[in-house]
Amino acid sequence: MLPVEIITLCDMKIEEVPQDKGFLVEGRISDLSYAVDTHGQYVSTQSMGWKPKNEAMTLAWSLVHEKAEEARQKVLEGEWSPLAFYMELKIMDVKILAGYTGIAAWRVRKHLKMKYFKKIKPEILAQYATALEMQAEDMVNLDIIREIKLRNED
Amino acid sequence: MKIDFQHYQAAHCENGVTSNLLKFYGINLSEPMVFGIGSGFFFSHMPFIKLNGIAVTSFRILPGWIFDRVTKRLGIRVKRRKFRNPETAMRELDRMIEQGVPVGMLVGVYQLPYFPTEYRFHFNAHNITVFGKEGDRYQVSDPVMEQVESLSYDELMRVRYAQGTYPPKGRMYYIAEVPAHPDIRPAIIKGIRKTAKDMLTIPVPMFGIKGIRYLARRMKKWPGKFGTKLAAHNLGQVIRMLEEIGTGGAGFRFIYAAFLQESAGILQQPWLNEVSTEMTAAGDMWRDFAVQASRYFKNRGNGNVSYDSLANLLVNIADKEEQIFTKLRNIAM
Repeated sequence: MLPVEIITLCDMKIEEVPQDKGFLVEGRISDLSYAVDTHGQYVSTQSMGWKPKNEAMTLAWSLVHEKAEEARQKVLEGEWSPLAFYMELKIMDVKILAGYTGIAAWRVRKHLKMKYFKKIKPEILAQYATALEMQAEDMVNLDIIREIKLRNED
Repeated sequence: MKIDFQHYQAAHCENGVTSNLLKFYGINLSEPMVFGIGSGFFFSHMPFIKLNGIAVTSFRILPGWIFDRVTKRLGIRVKRRKFRNPETAMRELDRMIEQGVPVGMLVGVYQLPYFPTEYRFHFNAHNITVFGKEGDRYQVSDPVMEQVESLSYDELMRVRYAQGTYPPKGRMYYIAEVPAHPDIRPAIIKGIRKTAKDMLTIPVPMFGIKGIRYLARRMKKWPGKFGTKLAAHNLGQVIRMLEEIGTGGAGFRFIYAAFLQESAGILQQPWLNEVSTEMTAAGDMWRDFAVQASRYFKNRGNGNVSYDSLANLLVNIADKEEQIFTKLRNIAM
């Protein structure tokens, strides 16, 4: 007994182009899909999304949030720094962060640890904050990190 | 300064920029035609190249090659530039627009303001066309968007100089010279033969038809090698590459079927219509694979995943695509 959403193994027809609302925005951005019309001719048509693809996307983001959650715990325990947490949240790595700030990768790596992060100069903090698109004072506010909601799917 | 440039939405950014630029110069090629002539269709599974820590699976050739091949095969001269200095990059862009030349360019999507947040990865091979500047704002034809968008000077500079893997470094490209009457028929033939050759004969297990079978073999080992959860993430990545915004459905297979159908008419070779139908069937098989795979995503890999049965679907797909390209291999005028 096949689930309803399986597209049958014949030409994908226009009326079967999926419109599963997910992450795309109506009227602004959509997946252009190619499908056959009633005469078997290919035409392009806009799709608002497709369930398997939306689910794969949700899965990918859930991994990001899991890593961020792990980082959050380590920050609240005083081991890792807020930089480590926000780096996960922004799906950056040390190399990307180094690229955006101009701060050498080995220094960025040091600053991921709370004990070194506490000692950084305000100018350096400001560079990190800019790269992470946030205010420096918000970055060091542990309450924000404690309370921030990470998107959780079932 | 605004150039009389027509924006059309496309499934895939490189196809869309190429098609829109060519149309500006009077060469009317649809997205499927661009994709086919550019031999964009491919398959590779490369465990040694990682995205988000997971092996990369790709359904198209390397970034930039579609534009390169299409322009070369049509005798179109292009100019490519990259800049160490971001301000110079912007100044040169302004200069081209002043001259009435629309400019294609590479940008990172991470800080692209009009992209939905969930799509803003550190991905740096996105193509857009800039065709106007009014005050501080640039008119942008981004093929994945429905309408023309605009970016401020700062926003555009930022995305042209995004960080991460393969940073764009201000890369831009434009058309310098177009032949009077390009004959697209030999270009179509070349495009098809190249794709068939690549899919059938590259002597490396990770590429082409061999690549699909290679993925199938590796997939069976994922649960043992990675554990349930990470195996599911590996599967998810395959599905994202297959369907992530920009393939027109089923990893470009439907776009390619549309190309074959259109070529049947242009070349006056009706047998291509049947091959097009078979390619659509292959696309449906990929879609079925995605549906089967996604059953496990909601459970994050818990439940009875049969990677063996998914791998068997892939083997069937490999057989199907092998038949298709064997037929296309020796196409001639």
